[in-house]
Amino acid sequence: MTVPLALLGLLEREPSHGYDLKRDYDAYFGRGKPLPFGQVYATLGRLARDGKVLAGSSEPGDGPDRKRYLITDQGVSEVEAWLREPVAPEPHLQTVLFAKVVLALMSGRSAAAYLDLQRAAHLQRMRELTEVKRSGDVVDALLADHGLFHLEADLRWIDLTAARLDALATAVRS
Amino acid sequence: MIALLEARSVVRSFGSTPALRGASVSVRAGEILAVMGPSGSGKSTLLHCLAGILTPDSGEVEFDGRRIDALGEAERSVLRRDRFGFVFQFGQLVPELSAEENIALPLLLGGTRRAAALAEARPWFDRLGLDGLQGRRSGELSGGEAQRVALARGLVTRPEVLFADEPTGSLDSLTGELVMDLLSAAAREQGTTVVLVTHEARVAAYADREVVVRDGTVAALAVDRG
Repeated sequence: MTVPLALLGLLEREPSHGYDLKRDYDAYFGRGKPLPFGQVYATLGRLARDGKVLAGSSEPGDGPDRKRYLITDQGVSEVEAWLREPVAPEPHLQTVLFAKVVLALMSGRSAAAYLDLQRAAHLQRMRELTEVKRSGDVVDALLADHGLFHLEADLRWIDLTAARLDALATAVRS
Repeated sequence: MIALLEARSVVRSFGSTPALRGASVSVRAGEILAVMGPSGSGKSTLLHCLAGILTPDSGEVEFDGRRIDALGEAERSVLRRDRFGFVFQFGQLVPELSAEENIALPLLLGGTRRAAALAEARPWFDRLGLDGLQGRRSGELSGGEAQRVALARGLVTRPEVLFADEPTGSLDSLTGELVMDLLSAAAREQGTTVVLVTHEARVAAYADREVVVRDGTVAALAVDRG
């Protein structure tokens, strides 16, 4: 998740204090990994320096920063351009899993046993995400779905690889 | 681990084609067990042997301390009716009966009076989000509605074991998810043990544990989370 663009996107709704931005970032994008206040203000400082946000004057009150930030036209253009761009589809070549299978076969170890262990680990994680879906709100459910579909894709690769181990063994040992 | 249901070295062939070649699996009381595996691996045959629908050529199947592979068809039929429930991929509702009558059917077959059986069926409509569909026949239900009726029919007798063979196989992802949410919640609430055959990891993720059937044997040891 790109923090500057996420903050710009949140600012597009309405001018906000750093505290409000952090709260909303944590709720939607943090997912158990809250954004440190220091990073919020450092990012807002850089965005202001680059002309993408304007910092209002300090308001009376306690706390480290009582400024309200608002997005500039340049900032809006940046968000627009970002939202128009598809994310580069990553081939996600399963490099670690693939390397383990190949090395197990090369060394005469059981690649099938490794794949079974990996399958069980993937299913355990899917079980946890399914529980998140059952107990959470729609935002939790959609994020869990994203994880579930990726894990499911891994599992299909694991199953296909398990079915092709003999051919792969012949290839890597020749 | 105390097994409620267990297959030991079960062998079963269809003609000269072997489907199970010594499959062993234990199911403990109250758990949801996913039986996974590729098409043709023997997972449905294993379910049918565990449920007393098929008898093994060799090997043993024990339920609640009793060998069921040695029972005659009539005894297995009573066992299936009184202590097991079933949900299959395509619902397999009786088309001539209303949704309400379909749910009540296992009770009616077990000798419960019609009024009492229908009274038992009624709460399932609210429970599974089927209100207003009591009088509909299977042809007037969507796939998801029909499968929820089939689920209620499988659970209405409060069976000790529910056997579900690809229960979401004919449904889209969202409807399948709803059926699995309802199935797992109702089974856990009733304390029903579930044997769930599926080739879909997302469905298996509703289970407590999984085993993988490969070439007619139970291949991978499940990670024990008990």
